[in-house]
Amino acid sequence: MSTWPIHPLRGGVHPPQRKTLSNQQPIQRAPLPKQLIVPLLQHLGSPTDAHVGVGDHVLKGQLIAESANLISAPVHAPSSGTVSFIGPQPYPHTSGQLMDAIVIDTDGLDMWCSLEPLTDFHTASASVLLDKIRQAGISGLGGAGFPTVIKLSPAANQPIKTLIINGTECEPYITADDVLMREKAAQLMIGIDILVRILQPENVLIAIEDNKPEAIAAVRSALDARSYHVVVLPTIYPSGGERQLIQILTGQEVPSAKLPAQLGILCQNVGTIVAVHDAVVEGKPLISRITTLTGEALHNPMNVECLIGTPAIDLLEFAGLQKNNMSRLIAGGPMMGFTLPALDVPVIKTSNCLLAASAAELPAPPPAMPCIRCGDCAEVCPANLLPQQLHFYALGEDHTQLQAHNLFDCIECGACAYVCPSSIPLVQYYRSAKADIREQANKLAKAEHAKERFEFRQERLRLEEERKEAERKARAERLAKTKAEQAKKAAQAQDANANNPSGASDDELKRLKITASMAQVALRKAQKQLDTHGTAELQAQVEQLRISAEQAKQALDAATPSTTSAAAVTKKPAKPELGAAEQALKKAKIDVAMKRAALRKAERNEANAETLAALQAELSLAEQGLDKLNQTEEVGV
Amino acid sequence: MSIVFISVAALVVLSLIFGAVLGFAAVRFRVEGNPIAEQINALLPQTQCGQCGYPGCKPYAEAIAAGDKINKCTPGGEATIQALAALLDVEPEPLDAVEGEKPQMVAFIREAECIGCTKCIQACPVDAILGAAKQMHTVIVSECTGCDLCVEPCPVDCIDMIPVTQTLQSWKWEQPLAPGTLIATDRESLS
Repeated sequence: MSTWPIHPLRGGVHPPQRKTLSNQQPIQRAPLPKQLIVPLLQHLGSPTDAHVGVGDHVLKGQLIAESANLISAPVHAPSSGTVSFIGPQPYPHTSGQLMDAIVIDTDGLDMWCSLEPLTDFHTASASVLLDKIRQAGISGLGGAGFPTVIKLSPAANQPIKTLIINGTECEPYITADDVLMREKAAQLMIGIDILVRILQPENVLIAIEDNKPEAIAAVRSALDARSYHVVVLPTIYPSGGERQLIQILTGQEVPSAKLPAQLGILCQNVGTIVAVHDAVVEGKPLISRITTLTGEALHNPMNVECLIGTPAIDLLEFAGLQKNNMSRLIAGGPMMGFTLPALDVPVIKTSNCLLAASAAELPAPPPAMPCIRCGDCAEVCPANLLPQQLHFYALGEDHTQLQAHNLFDCIECGACAYVCPSSIPLVQYYRSAKADIREQANKLAKAEHAKERFEFRQERLRLEEERKEAERKARAERLAKTKAEQAKKAAQAQDANANNPSGASDDELKRLKITASMAQVALRKAQKQLDTHGTAELQAQVEQLRISAEQAKQALDAATPSTTSAAAVTKKPAKPELGAAEQALKKAKIDVAMKRAALRKAERNEANAETLAALQAELSLAEQGLDKLNQTEEVGV
Repeated sequence: MSIVFISVAALVVLSLIFGAVLGFAAVRFRVEGNPIAEQINALLPQTQCGQCGYPGCKPYAEAIAAGDKINKCTPGGEATIQALAALLDVEPEPLDAVEGEKPQMVAFIREAECIGCTKCIQACPVDAILGAAKQMHTVIVSECTGCDLCVEPCPVDCIDMIPVTQTLQSWKWEQPLAPGTLIATDRESLS
């Protein structure tokens, strides 16, 4: 086992370790709390949806929340009990905002659901192992909480050459990984074996800082015949940062906005590896973790293995909290942790430490003084940034310059603020500036999205309008066509009946016919009057009417031949002839009928014999004419 | 004398050639639309709310390019005015809105009261309302720009504009007080 060459970190600081506070005793088991608050979001990614309802009884290790989204991790019941509430609950976050959580009233039995361990992972395929890890809801236990299975499924064209197991734990106070390596080195080794089985890396490096000699010894003795390298690093903060550790171990710098996987390197925290072991070998989902309880406000600082969802206050009281001695409660370490606004927040998958600090231990930061441009911050920055430049650009909200100075490569380790003689809260400036830039980018993306939708809608409305217009036009055309056809048909029918195709003289003719018939009617009425009364006055009137009727008839007659002649020119000759014959027949019939009526009338009026005889003669003459016409008709047909 | 003619003729020929080239370029490489209006449009929040008096962000962008004031965009607020002022190199003016800058809003339909008239659907410029005739409507929150345009046409007044609530994901750190700005008494109380 040769020693692995290391490349010392550029920058970094040496804050007081204070690790002996909590690593003096073995891992304790926290008592089972009465109530577990299990937040639906404990990882980096999409929140999960609860799969249980209020009143449901759940068993320890039972799946209670899951998300359909890929970048997520399922949540399991940390102990058996009854779901008493699902909704907003306290959450370990600086803002003090609530987060949806499943509250389980524990029944004290701590009864496991049936577990499905994988008996022999050596023969299992990578996909089976990955599925097991996904189902166990494992997310990075080092702090960021990224779903582990996604990190373990690199793209096919980027094989992992170097697997780094991160046991550096560089942040002061925290000893969770230290005691974990001391007590669970065997499980850690098997966990690494599983990852090696999945990733097939060339090198496996276990990185531990030299301030944990017991852990180093334990890991070394657990190695057996494995060819993994245990690399002991000099203690410096922040050597445990992923990018920093990769630089120390390989000399390679992970490029800005790229992932270590793109260099063929994967980094995993020791706690995560042990969780992988538990998931695969024991079939247990991630429902508990080792958390450091430390700080001078605790009577008995220690590391506990606690269930996810245990309220912080329960754990602190277990460790002997002296409430009036505590000035603030910090989740995480003193460098990168954040102050918790309340004591009732639960422990989640990423909670590696609860630091109950006394006022003397972590005094409130003195008010910030103006930057004196000493440059200490640039000296200690492990990411090679220019903290004071970033600070000035952040003050001026100059987002372009902030991005040009690689603000997003800042790992927010707090080394710059730690050395700042003016005690400027530099990291807070960077966090705020990062959030502002992200927010603006989101706004811009949303505006672009809205614009796209708006334009799409406009286009859709336009197309719809066009379609409607086209339909309207088509309909109008169809209507005009059918109208024209109807008119044509009507004209043809009229033409056949009245032998009068010309539309222009048609109206005229109709008018003349009407006047003629009206004159006729008036005449007949007058005649009737004359017949009954027989005055001279009436006689004169009848004469006048007869003249006008005659005139009308003449006018009609004058109009009719012209049209018939015109029709004769345009129409086929057979038709009008037939029409004329028909008309003549009709006329003759009417004539006969009229004569017959006149005769009958005369008979009724007891007219003299002469008139009767004359009428009789006329009638017979008309009848003869009709007969003749009938004959010709029959012949014609 | 001839040298004068030659030089004049040469200049005339040159000017004709360059004139032809420029004329061709002016036709061939004509820029469609107003590029400044496009840049302005990219800075506007695209809520399409019409609170500026124009029927959408693009018409307002074109109006600004034609010389209208830059302070009429209520949803964009101060940030948009600053960005526009920087782009156009003009003095930023205070926002021209009765109620001033409003927080980001999102429409909410009280679904029990909705009669399914589809009027809000027709008013929504970004198709963020889902529903059909005589069916309950609802707002797709992630698509809503908070433009207010659906509130007015609703015959039963069942649409509320509610401010977007801050979630853990949207929460952000405040920028700390600039160094040296604490007054003496505050400093004493802190120390």
